[in-house]
Amino acid sequence: MNTREGYYGQWGGAFIPEVLYETFRELRAAFHAAKQDPLFWQEYVDLMSTYSCRPTPLTGADNLSDHFGGARIFIKREDLNHTGAHKANNVMGQGLLVKRMGKKRVIAETGAGQHGVATATMAAKFGFECTIYMGEEDVRRQRPNVFWMEKLGAKVVPVTDGSRTLKDAINEAFRDWVGSMDTTHYVMGTVCGPHPFPEMVAWFQSIIGIEARRQILDRIGRLPAAVYACVGGGSNAMGIFQGFLSDPQVELVGVEAGGRGLDSGEHAARLAGRDASAGVAQGYKTMFLQNGDGQMRDTHSVAAGLDYVGVSPILSNLWESGRVRFAAATDAEVITALDLTMKQEGIIPALESAHAFVQAFKDAPRLRPEDAIIINMSGRGDKDIFTIAHAFGDPSWKKFIMDRGAEYAAGK
Amino acid sequence: MQLENSIRTALSQRPILLMTHLVLGYPSFAVNREVIGQMVDSGVDLIEMQIPFSEPVADGPMILKANQAAITSGVRVEECLEFAAEMTAAHRIPFLFMTYYNILFKYGVERFVRRAKEIGIQGFIVPDLPPEEGAEYLALAKAAGLAPIQIFAPTSTPARMSFLAGHGAGFIYCVARRGVTGRKTEFDAQFGDYMARCRAATDLPLAVGFGIREKADVDSLIGRADIAVIGTETIRLVEAGGAAAVGPFITGLRD
Repeated sequence: MNTREGYYGQWGGAFIPEVLYETFRELRAAFHAAKQDPLFWQEYVDLMSTYSCRPTPLTGADNLSDHFGGARIFIKREDLNHTGAHKANNVMGQGLLVKRMGKKRVIAETGAGQHGVATATMAAKFGFECTIYMGEEDVRRQRPNVFWMEKLGAKVVPVTDGSRTLKDAINEAFRDWVGSMDTTHYVMGTVCGPHPFPEMVAWFQSIIGIEARRQILDRIGRLPAAVYACVGGGSNAMGIFQGFLSDPQVELVGVEAGGRGLDSGEHAARLAGRDASAGVAQGYKTMFLQNGDGQMRDTHSVAAGLDYVGVSPILSNLWESGRVRFAAATDAEVITALDLTMKQEGIIPALESAHAFVQAFKDAPRLRPEDAIIINMSGRGDKDIFTIAHAFGDPSWKKFIMDRGAEYAAGK
Repeated sequence: MQLENSIRTALSQRPILLMTHLVLGYPSFAVNREVIGQMVDSGVDLIEMQIPFSEPVADGPMILKANQAAITSGVRVEECLEFAAEMTAAHRIPFLFMTYYNILFKYGVERFVRRAKEIGIQGFIVPDLPPEEGAEYLALAKAAGLAPIQIFAPTSTPARMSFLAGHGAGFIYCVARRGVTGRKTEFDAQFGDYMARCRAATDLPLAVGFGIREKADVDSLIGRADIAVIGTETIRLVEAGGAAAVGPFITGLRD
């Protein structure tokens, strides 16, 4: 499939400034040595089963299955990872790699803040200095995560350039790195960016799919009809999809942010919509939401973690080959699916993850009861309490905030 | 190569050349026109015109803001090309395009190179396109007689420098230090060692950029480099004192 190293079909590559050439050469060497060392993977699995909660459960969602009356729905519970999302997998893996490389400081970008919290956590555990770049817009949307990053000892730098979201945080992390690479590792949070990041992050996240495949076979004795995952950069999707890529009978479905609708211009659907085109930015070639000149467009999603102009080059290749089907879920559909999942199963998906639930709920009634589907629940939703409470327009929550605000204003 | 010849001719008359930089459409093409006029009149030898891009990862805060402001004000690539054609017709010094690869990629690399040739541009600086990814671009630029300027960094090994120089033409752009554009650089002994490594790796003229702000910086490069690059400083100057501040500043670098 790969035409040359770092490429997936026509997608990927390493479009990096010369000052980072040596850093990437060292990173590739360290990563490939680790990948070929079975002890490294074992160390990673041991860490994730003692510091985090791996293997994460595969939960049978019986009430939702009965509600839709079609396929049996299973939920892969990445929300039960330490720090509440699949981001921990990648971060702890890269942390072990940083120890091997002997660097003392880590930097990261974050959108929803989950990757930032996970990186700050890893830095605290391993004793690294830590700086997190986060778009100002996302700092506003995800205040609780900013609070935790700071409490974990990280420095959070709000990025005020561009659209003040994930892509701008990535640019700013790169600007730090071109000056600090001697001591610093950039913990890229998703399966994007220059080679070897897509391969590296996909490798650490593959633990999701390895577990999920084994779990569904243990549970029902056969493979699922379909697997659903939300796609921002694409790391949780690549994580679970890798468990089933060699099983052509399993349909793989990536769900992007439909925002206010695919025709509204206010979305982040690179592969499910018609607004994206091939481009090169942030160090790699993929499908970007950009204008005819190649300037990146503003994106929109209710979920900060999906609000991104590019997508994994690995997924662009799987989209082009037809192996993965892409769909989009609108902000409004996401809130409805979230509400239903909470009421039916007592589970609170993150706004990002709820995108995958939307498409699974659309497809489930059309499948037979003997079919199973898996939804990758990439993270938990309680971090989104401010956004979700706002979206529901919950009056008692509003009163609580106003009362607390009045107390703070009065100096209490 | 036309660009290298022009540089060598100029070097026979002056110990060091000056290359200046500006972001097209920032703050406006009218101001660009005035600034370029001042630069040429005060003896600048080469000018790199940056076509704005929304994700300029190698640039510091000042040039980043200039890129974004230009795009927000509606500057299009086509306007930049038309303005460049006007400048090359009006002034006799060599002009280069600096931009990021996506601008070429979306325009079509072949079409972009052909257009640049028609305009009278003499070379390109594309900081996010290493030779490993730029085979098509390198071949097309060279076939057109235009210089695909290669970049050395303090982190580049001697072997890497030789490899880059093999793909370069016109001159080599030596990034003076780690980090992005717009911060101060110490032109110390370590920098001297770096320049010696650059010199040993290639016979092409050497330009030094990143952090050059004053006459002392330019003077310290004489004998170590062939071209001093003034980037962020002129943008800062135009913001503070308008286009008219550029001429005296450039003159002061040489007096």
